[in-house]
Amino acid sequence: MGLSEIEPGAAGSPVVSAVSPNFMTTSLDFLANWARTGSLWPMPFGTACCAIEFMATAASRYDISRFGMERMSFSPRQADVLICAGRLPFKLAPVIRRVWDQMPQPKWSISMGACASSGGIFDNYAMVQGIDTIIPVDVYVPGCPPRPEGLLYGVMLLMKKIRGESFTDDFLRREQTIGANGLYLPPDRIDELSEPFGNSVSQTRST
Amino acid sequence: MIAAPSPSVATLRKEFGEAIERHVVSCGDTIVYASRERVHDVLAWLKETPGEDYSYLTDITAVDYRDPERALEVVWQIRAIDRPADMRVKVAIPTGEPLEVPTVWDLWRGANWLEREVFDMFGVLFIGHPDLRRILMWETYAEGFPLRKSFPLRGHFSRSEQTRQALAGQPESHYSLEELSIADEYQNLPADVRERLKQGKRGFVE
Repeated sequence: MGLSEIEPGAAGSPVVSAVSPNFMTTSLDFLANWARTGSLWPMPFGTACCAIEFMATAASRYDISRFGMERMSFSPRQADVLICAGRLPFKLAPVIRRVWDQMPQPKWSISMGACASSGGIFDNYAMVQGIDTIIPVDVYVPGCPPRPEGLLYGVMLLMKKIRGESFTDDFLRREQTIGANGLYLPPDRIDELSEPFGNSVSQTRST
Repeated sequence: MIAAPSPSVATLRKEFGEAIERHVVSCGDTIVYASRERVHDVLAWLKETPGEDYSYLTDITAVDYRDPERALEVVWQIRAIDRPADMRVKVAIPTGEPLEVPTVWDLWRGANWLEREVFDMFGVLFIGHPDLRRILMWETYAEGFPLRKSFPLRGHFSRSEQTRQALAGQPESHYSLEELSIADEYQNLPADVRERLKQGKRGFVE
């Protein structure tokens, strides 16, 4: 988006599709990223015990609004960060995908807790093995559930990531839609992401 | 301590005779095995006979013992709240016979969702149930019945296929059909579900 459509090449020279960073763009980046980091509106997607820790993070003791997340956005259309707090069953997969699709760019997502990040202890028929098989994820917060400090650290990592963004490279801001095969990642990538690990390796596919 | 069976067993045997196949006492609980044909009568009798008054249906479930001779046991846990006393009624379904038992929805309205759950997880058909469709898994779930022992822990399909099928599902199809029939999303339902809704069938098992 933005400047990437501008063709800076002089007449006759080959068209360069992206602007290389210069004083002008980095200054604009700094301003835009400063504004974005300071007013991240979270869209809570709480499905399990992580949501309790998320509520604790939002409440007065930890007070997520210190970081500009003053307003919980319960409408995806006014949200910037999707925080998936808790395990995601396959039944909710189309729901979180639709919520993600409804959020306008720029948008980010935090996968909070072991279950959202990897399926956690639920390596079974009903559970998505990591929400990164459904939506792109920016920050993974480990823990079962993570303490509020953990989530806040994840939020600050996300802010750090946002500060590094530049609109001369819009890769992160491209919409990753569901393709013709009904997935947004290649199928073998999803199988690989969903491979059992840790203790669940010794749980065989019993018949 | 060897606990005595519930006094209801003797009266049940007198009333139903051969239909009460056997009874056991396990951990102080009386378990009565009834024949599949008479189990509805047994439960109705236990509920409505003065002196028995098992008025509360605690749970319906099923057990897969991985036994080559009996495919499943369907379990009704009932309670006489006033005494209080508990009774467990079971029906063993032999291997090879259809997984069908009569509904008790006409006795306890609360059996509606319990029977739907047993259908969803084990594939037991409750004959006469008004709305027998999946309740936990979505309606188009195609992998089978997850709580059977023959069902692999991670499902039959690969993870990518499971993800694809899940994402292809409409979130609206999780709602009840009554809610959907008044919503715009009716058109997004699978065609066979739309057809059944139009006919007012709603998964009724003849």
